[in-house]
Amino acid sequence: MAKILVITSGKGGVGKTTTSAAIGTGLALRGHKTVVVDFDVGLRNLDLIMGCERRVVYDFVNVIQGDASLSQALIKDKRLENLYVLAASQTRDKDALSTEGVGRVMDELRESFEYIICDSPAGIEKGAHLAMYFADEAIVVTNPEVSSVRDSDRMLGLLASKSRRSENGEEPIKEHLLLTRYSPDRVTKGEMLGVEDVEEILAIRLLGVIPESQSVLKASNQGIPVILDEQSDAGQAYSDAVERLLGKETPHRFLDVQKKGFLQRLFGGRE
Amino acid sequence: MSHADLLDPAPVFQLKGSMLAITVLELAHNDLARLDHQLSEKVAQAPNFFQNTPLVLALDKLQPGAQRLDLHALLAVCRSHGLRTLAIRANLAEHIAAAQALDLPVLPPSSARERPIGPGATAAPVPAKKPEKPAEPLVRPTRVVTTPVRGGQQIYAPGGDLLVLAPVSAGAELLADGNIHVYAPMRGRALAGIKGNGQARIFCRVLAAELLSIAGRYKVAEDLRRDPNWGEAVHIHLAGDVLNITRL
Repeated sequence: MAKILVITSGKGGVGKTTTSAAIGTGLALRGHKTVVVDFDVGLRNLDLIMGCERRVVYDFVNVIQGDASLSQALIKDKRLENLYVLAASQTRDKDALSTEGVGRVMDELRESFEYIICDSPAGIEKGAHLAMYFADEAIVVTNPEVSSVRDSDRMLGLLASKSRRSENGEEPIKEHLLLTRYSPDRVTKGEMLGVEDVEEILAIRLLGVIPESQSVLKASNQGIPVILDEQSDAGQAYSDAVERLLGKETPHRFLDVQKKGFLQRLFGGRE
Repeated sequence: MSHADLLDPAPVFQLKGSMLAITVLELAHNDLARLDHQLSEKVAQAPNFFQNTPLVLALDKLQPGAQRLDLHALLAVCRSHGLRTLAIRANLAEHIAAAQALDLPVLPPSSARERPIGPGATAAPVPAKKPEKPAEPLVRPTRVVTTPVRGGQQIYAPGGDLLVLAPVSAGAELLADGNIHVYAPMRGRALAGIKGNGQARIFCRVLAAELLSIAGRYKVAEDLRRDPNWGEAVHIHLAGDVLNITRL
């Protein structure tokens, strides 16, 4: 049974596309046929983060409008055979999406994929609404920062009330919290909200905590999803998150301040 | 009949108030010939209506400046078409005098609701007024919310109380005509007694609200934070014009 997962947040710039790429890749690595769909029409980024921007011919809007078939628009990932990308249009805007059109594409994707990851745009308007409308599960990406938490809270309210599942009275969307750009140092200093604070305010299940990491920027620029950088803390944290998504209980890492060894402090410079 | 019988206290009669729907004939012009003609037409259309139908003759709508009304002749015209005049409705002294001379009661011009009876009326007018529908119950059962109330959501409990058993996020709004109870952290806004009920109260297990209001008197977080009971279980009520916060 295919699962539609939406990666959403409300707030912009918290790490939705990074997360979509990482989780999509993580699932494909574990043998599940996955497609990642970019819903940010006009401001597409997913193709850059996935490293397939040079191979985009047809996009999501083309498929909705019947200019191209789904198989023509889907881009196969070069590194993994189970992974596909459906890019967004760069020239159009969100008005080009329609509920019926998106619904048709989702139905068609459900026929051949196990996981459909919907990378939502920021905000709560049409693009974000359509990204979450058909979802079965949602990963709400939040930075441990007040405005991000407030916007995630709003998004949780919308997930509970404006999705197709809620409109049809079906079981509600399963919500997960993913805390990104977490810095245990700053939490200890009292500058940043801690995991418990965010969990208390949002009251949903914690999927994972991704530490603030320089590897994320490196990964974006190279077009390689950060989860493939197995040395980086962020990559490992995403790997743990995928395990938890698939039902395995894994202890949370990178929550505490890493004690630096003597040599590390001497030669390591800033973490 | 003896004197003793006359003193018998058992009641011989009862006076009762009654509501009757009755036909009113409003006379517009003092033209008996045309009235006769037009009544004949009406009888032809609805003969059953004109069978000894009780009537109130309204003369208060007569065009002013009409020549003297011959009430006796008017009654005869009506009677000839099966309309039996019970009383007249008049406001002019001469009409009242004429009625009294004929031993007819006079009704004051009333503001009672009157329906024009159309030509299709074959049955007698509605015999009795339907009893008033009982007033809509003003109090509704308490509305209970068990899922978290997220920012941007607004919950209104009309005509009653609101009970929330899950956290209320900042940016959420709770409204009620009655009381509001939040048995979980309250970080949003609560407006109780919004229709003006100053007796409404607000109960919170953890006071962290953005705004609290009872019947329009409100306090924002800035004021609430200064209260020593911030973050505690409290009960808020209106005393005069001031919101009082009491520890539970």
